[in-house]
Amino acid sequence: MPPPIRLKDHERDARLIRSRMLFGGVALIILTMLLMIRMYYLQVVQFEHHSTLAENNRIHVQSLPPTRGMIYDRNGLLIADNRASFSLTLTRERAGDWEQVLDSIIEILELDSDSRELFEKRIRQGRRPFEPVPVMFELSEEQIARVAVNQFRLPGVEVAASLVRYYPQKEHFAHSVGYVGRINEAELKKLDPVNYSGTHHIGKTGIERFYEEQLHGQVGYEEVETNARGRVLRVLNRVEPISGQDIYLTLDSKLQEAAELALDGRRGAIVALDPNTGEVLAMVSQPSFDPNPFVTGISFKAYGLLRDSLDQPLFNRVLRGLYPPGSTIKPMMAIAGLDIGVITPNSRVFDPGFFQLPNHKHKYRNWNRYGDGWVSLDLALARSNDTYFYDLAHKMGIDRMHDYMTRFGFGQRVALDMFEETAGLMPSKDWKQSRYRQPWYPGETLILGIGQGYMQTTPLQLAQATALMASKGKWMRPHLARSVGGLQPIVDAEMPDDIVLRDNKSWDAVSLGMENVLHGTRGTARKVGDSAQYRIAGKSGTAQVVAIKQGERYNSDKLQERHRDHALFVAYAPAEKPAIAVAVMVENGESGSGVAAPVAKQVLDGWLLDDEGQLKAQYQPDERSNVEVRR
Amino acid sequence: MSRGFDRVLAEGDVLRRRASFLQRIHIDGWLLFLLLVLVTTGLFVLYSAGGKDQGLLIKQASSFGLGLLVMFFVAQLEPRFMARWSAVLYVMGVVLLIVVEVMGHNAMGATRWINIPGLVRFQPSELMKLFVPMTLAWYLARHNLPPSFKHIVISATLIAVPFVLIARQPDLGTALLIAVSGIFVLFLGGLRWRWILGAIAAVVPVAFAMWMFVMHQYQKQRVLTFLNPESDPLGSGWNIIQSKAAIGSGGVFGKGWLLGTQSHLDFLPESHTDFIIAVLGEEFGLVGICLLLMVYLLLIARAMVITLQAQTVFGKLLAGSITLTFFIYVFVNVGMVSGLLPIVGVPLPFISYGGTSLVTLLSGFGILMAIHTHRKWIAHS
Repeated sequence: MPPPIRLKDHERDARLIRSRMLFGGVALIILTMLLMIRMYYLQVVQFEHHSTLAENNRIHVQSLPPTRGMIYDRNGLLIADNRASFSLTLTRERAGDWEQVLDSIIEILELDSDSRELFEKRIRQGRRPFEPVPVMFELSEEQIARVAVNQFRLPGVEVAASLVRYYPQKEHFAHSVGYVGRINEAELKKLDPVNYSGTHHIGKTGIERFYEEQLHGQVGYEEVETNARGRVLRVLNRVEPISGQDIYLTLDSKLQEAAELALDGRRGAIVALDPNTGEVLAMVSQPSFDPNPFVTGISFKAYGLLRDSLDQPLFNRVLRGLYPPGSTIKPMMAIAGLDIGVITPNSRVFDPGFFQLPNHKHKYRNWNRYGDGWVSLDLALARSNDTYFYDLAHKMGIDRMHDYMTRFGFGQRVALDMFEETAGLMPSKDWKQSRYRQPWYPGETLILGIGQGYMQTTPLQLAQATALMASKGKWMRPHLARSVGGLQPIVDAEMPDDIVLRDNKSWDAVSLGMENVLHGTRGTARKVGDSAQYRIAGKSGTAQVVAIKQGERYNSDKLQERHRDHALFVAYAPAEKPAIAVAVMVENGESGSGVAAPVAKQVLDGWLLDDEGQLKAQYQPDERSNVEVRR
Repeated sequence: MSRGFDRVLAEGDVLRRRASFLQRIHIDGWLLFLLLVLVTTGLFVLYSAGGKDQGLLIKQASSFGLGLLVMFFVAQLEPRFMARWSAVLYVMGVVLLIVVEVMGHNAMGATRWINIPGLVRFQPSELMKLFVPMTLAWYLARHNLPPSFKHIVISATLIAVPFVLIARQPDLGTALLIAVSGIFVLFLGGLRWRWILGAIAAVVPVAFAMWMFVMHQYQKQRVLTFLNPESDPLGSGWNIIQSKAAIGSGGVFGKGWLLGTQSHLDFLPESHTDFIIAVLGEEFGLVGICLLLMVYLLLIARAMVITLQAQTVFGKLLAGSITLTFFIYVFVNVGMVSGLLPIVGVPLPFISYGGTSLVTLLSGFGILMAIHTHRKWIAHS
């Protein structure tokens, strides 16, 4: 027997839907009643409360901005402080005709119309209703008194105390720590509006910018009851802000000072690193500037002076200055040549004073026109022989050169926590093809071998490459923050691979060459090396500012001062157990070994010697005999 | 027997239908009247809330005009025709949602819009507000009520697909409202009480377990802020504090039209969109709000009558779902602004500024009119 077919029973379906609909109808009426009861509660029961609330809008939520974290150097010297500052605030809604109130402010404080324009702009940037907008900062005692006396003419105007960033070290750390400034509109769009509701400043450059999130902290708020004139009568509820975290830097202010002294007023850049940890011990870009005016808003005139100065004080030479590395790159080239196998520590090249490519007439000149004769690696580094490195570059070729130099950090950003760093340029065939639509010429490889041509490096990159020489290829990214809020700052997520050579002795061979630059009888910087109480491994270099034509000779007298070569020197010490690596660039200093090397030595002394001028105990070489053998 | 037949003819709708011009063009007079009352009220409130901006009024009025045209068009469609095509429309809607999802990914950001420059620009999620209940009504009406377990599972899937797609846009508010409209169809179709109670009972322990074991501290904080916005007075709590002050200060009779201080001093954010009822509450008081709620109730009552008089199961289910969902819009919006419910972005129907929601709502009422005016009379055969 087939199963019974269930017919559609419309009558039953309709009854079911009707009953459900009626249920829905009842629920809906109950919910509507609920809404009406809620409205009755708000509008009748709580009418008095809400009415007074709305009439004076008495209850306000005020942001309590967190205190920005402090910044110290590695010894605890305060670099970025917060100090109390009085500012004039205006609450638009309370001022009535606020434009007229502005006029009164201008009149009472005897300011000019430019200030008025600025004030008006600041008021229009106000973010939420009944928010007191600071229009003027850094009020003097006299100005505060004048406002107090004329308070009756200034509805909605208040003098507010707030904490403002202050940099007690002034220009000494402007290029590393950076500064904070007022939040601009572009930044406003990207910020969390709640967390920044009470904050007027944000890190603009350097550490202040990189660690903005940690330095800023978490906003708090309080609900306050005010009278009709805006005076706070009672605090109803308060949630404390959480202060930003303090940062301890890797920088050492004493070494920083020593480095600045060493530059002796010349324009230039110095970076000193601990090759074992990547800590930046000193970072100097001269000339510098006082960051304090930027905090409260630098005047247009003062900013113009800084910006247009020929000496470019705002320019961060350490991170953004691009220079051909010159001969300072030769140790890294030597490492590459040894590892590839195109040279050995004992292979020699004859230098007649120039190098020629097979079947080419063009002469690539050594800096010493008379030639150095037979040159081995050791002598090539000590004498900074160009011919040897032309030959090396020619044998190595651009592809392998690019590969090795990239491993030393050239052509890429090397720092961990520096905002402004540029990548520089390590040219390759592909790069030239896409940049100039031209093939790579063999001659370009040669001049790259002595660090000229397209290659562009920052002083920081030079320091890092030198640190890699000191640490035998162990990568540690340079960083400025030693601790943030008492903790390790950030984990280096993309640490470059360590440079591992086929034969570890190659490091020693190049290191010996670099030591001979200062301690060898024919070393280019032997004058500097003679006065050292410890062994230094270094390399000088010059970075051309203007090109010299074939057959012409560099003649400094003919060149304007600003067109003279930049002097470079890189070094690490003590050579046996490196504790510091340094890169020095003296703008238009001409001679790497003559000008930059003494500067580098002064920096090394600043770190390695104690107050009496003796080598600190921890930097003493382990075995004296080892040194004797090397000599 | 023939006497009874005569009585039906004499008293029933057949004669009235012949007489009524509105019925011949498939428009329900009651609904139309109440809609006009609501929109007119809305324009008055909007004028005040929008800072006496006439451009805003003109835009809103023209959106309403467009919505009326769409409603008129929809009302001409036979409900049987809608039922026949609902499955196709549903699939189309889902495809459009997927297109939006993919485009959004390519554009590296969330998008809810389909945009053919110069031609059309619309949100597929708006379409789904009608297609989802329509499809479910069609699906359930094909079988005996109440739905069997298999049919419930399939219906739940039909709801879940657009829900997930829209929630990912991310537009959780709309997704929830669409899910609710589908669930109402199931509810009207006789989903058994034990299922309903069972589902509610299941949510509680799952939510508890999530809270205890799965969620991070910051996620918990977000949920807490969502449930109690006043704990975050610098963020979303600001709106609630201010809207409550606005409504409360209105008192019984209100401060009078254009005299509300809260909304005019820019205290109230979004005063012309989601929070417009606060302006009405401030300016027209408890009386104004109650009158508005009464008009909504009248509109809903008429829609319920249409639901009960619908001749087909499809018509009853669809009309009932549209009616109940409409109420949910009103309830959620007013509850949110008065601080009863968490803040979800739901506009107040016909009062809040915004063309898209107007057109969608009026299309829904077009469906109601179609269901009501296309009824067939046994007397004719």
